[in-house]
Amino acid sequence: MNWIEIFRSGISTGTVLLIASIGEILTERAGIQNLGVEGMMLVGAMAGFKVAFTTGNVWLGLLAAIAAGGLLSLAHALVTIHFQADQTVSGLSLTFLGTGLALVLGDGLTGQTGPVIPRASIPLLSQIPYLGPVAFADHNLLVYFGYLLVPVVTYFINKTRPGLHLRAVGENPAAADTLGVNIYRTRYLYTFIGGCFAGLAGAAISVAIAPGWYSNLTVNGQGWIAVALVIFAHWNPWRAAMGGYLFGILRRFTLDLQGPRILFGLANPFFYNTNLVFFLQMTPYILTVIALIWGSSAARKKRIGAPAALGTPYQRGERGL
Amino acid sequence: MRIPYPVLLKRTEDTPKWLPVVTSVGAVLLAFIISGIVLAATGANPFKVYSYLYKASFGSWGAFSDVIVKATPLLLIGLGCSLAFRMRLWNIGAEGQFFVGAFMASAVVMVPLVNLDTTPRWAIISLMAVLGMLGGALFAFVPGILKAKLNINEIITTLMLNYVAVLWNNYWIFGKWSESGFQMTKTFPKSAWLPRLADYAKQVPAFSGMTLHVGILFGLFAAVIVYLIIYRSKWGYKITLIGDNRRAARYAGINITTNTILVFMVSGALAGLAGMTEVSGVVHRLQERISTSYGFSGVIVAWLAKLHPFAVIVVSILFGALLVASREIQPSGISFLIQGITLFLVISSDVLLKYEIKWVRPAQETAQ
Repeated sequence: MNWIEIFRSGISTGTVLLIASIGEILTERAGIQNLGVEGMMLVGAMAGFKVAFTTGNVWLGLLAAIAAGGLLSLAHALVTIHFQADQTVSGLSLTFLGTGLALVLGDGLTGQTGPVIPRASIPLLSQIPYLGPVAFADHNLLVYFGYLLVPVVTYFINKTRPGLHLRAVGENPAAADTLGVNIYRTRYLYTFIGGCFAGLAGAAISVAIAPGWYSNLTVNGQGWIAVALVIFAHWNPWRAAMGGYLFGILRRFTLDLQGPRILFGLANPFFYNTNLVFFLQMTPYILTVIALIWGSSAARKKRIGAPAALGTPYQRGERGL
Repeated sequence: MRIPYPVLLKRTEDTPKWLPVVTSVGAVLLAFIISGIVLAATGANPFKVYSYLYKASFGSWGAFSDVIVKATPLLLIGLGCSLAFRMRLWNIGAEGQFFVGAFMASAVVMVPLVNLDTTPRWAIISLMAVLGMLGGALFAFVPGILKAKLNINEIITTLMLNYVAVLWNNYWIFGKWSESGFQMTKTFPKSAWLPRLADYAKQVPAFSGMTLHVGILFGLFAAVIVYLIIYRSKWGYKITLIGDNRRAARYAGINITTNTILVFMVSGALAGLAGMTEVSGVVHRLQERISTSYGFSGVIVAWLAKLHPFAVIVVSILFGALLVASREIQPSGISFLIQGITLFLVISSDVLLKYEIKWVRPAQETAQ
């Protein structure tokens, strides 16, 4: 078993979860829960691949994916912020809407090949033994974008003025309102940004990590795993990144378990009985549940909770629309 | 945020009884208009698609029988979701509970749990139904207890378990129960089939080829039971109270933990029964594609029906029609698209129920 390759590929696939869950963290920090990540990712994956395929320019594809995810999220924003609809149901409908849109607009794209995000190695860093080939060599550029994203978003949330406003809107919108923060505008903005990230995450699959359009199997539940990661990560980008990479590594590990005839000195059951592989394929989903249990019990102990106003609409008495 | 429209929303308590019906119907109509625009944008002719939709679903008795067959699992799942959603429990796991129900029902035939040649048909079918419900209930018990005891987000857990259930079924149909290498079990013997109209074609020639099976009666019966639970029983009152005001319910001494688990299990049992009716009434074997996202469409059905059991019957027939028609419509995402748009418009239209909308002149507004 090639451990370097397992970690390498884990970081690469984990980047998808990282980008999506950081977007969702920003949205949820503003008090809006958007469960439509799966739908937005699908639309992003479709738009990214379709535009990259038709124009031949992968960067235009990325832009299209970001725009598509962001636009779709505005439907959720409008319904939950202005119409004060239930965020759970709205998020679910967004998943349906996104899946439907992606399937309809992506019709006929299956089996095509388009341009992909270029790969690069970081000079010097890629020379470090073990760490270099795992983290800094021959990755697609979105992986490095993921590295930058985590500290930048953390700094933004915790140290900047707009970040302070963001937290205030999610924790205590009434207080933020009296300080002159525009609650509705802030919530629209971060729902949109979350959607953009989800769209980008989708494109990270379709034009970088597993290039191509495979209808709704392209995303295959990763959007939901990203939502779960947010809870596991206690709304903290660093933990989301760790969780995302860990998931990627485990996914690749379970894939590689199927290869060798001998596993840890024993006959490999997954090689000799291929049907057992279905149990291996269950692991990411079961692990998500376990991560949720673990994450939320740890959160209870440390008294970290969800943003206090998460899921509750804000209403300013009688209001104009 | 002040959008320059002269509209003022005013919270209102007294909604007329007819308004929810009007907004729901209006939302569905609007959804069809918007989907039509999207269809036109993708190059299809929406009028053709819709007339085809109608013909493929209500054009003949045979087609209508197919619609009812598709509506059966939606009805059962929609009822289960209605019950859970009343308590604000988001059981999105009907899909998985459906698969486990189908698996348990199939186990009766495949293991086999009873002697298929000597046991009477009604006994086999009853056992399949009971085990299907048990399977769905037990599979829903997991997210139920996690929610009740540890307050783990049930949306995520139910969704993740959906994937687990599908893979679990795959393990059996690809492996042990595989019919000579195909990804399906052998066809069940007739004694494990739910009676169908076509079975009586000898007596009533008009029934020949009609796939409608007894499962719909299970669904209608379940609708009455769920109605009685919600509107006529103490338990239903407790469920609604917990959903509307958790704190009040807790002060009233209602056991939220137990009720969470119970409601989850009943909801799962209905989805499991839906899985049983599908394998025993429609496909007569366990295979990979026994569900066309019934579990998720059931969520929409429940919401569109405003969680009312009898409305669920009507809505599930409409959605059954959509599913029947979309089998043959390309691209395949159209039914998802219409469902998504419908759900969005329905939840948006709720604002009309909660608020009175007043048009105000700008001058009047500044005077306030």
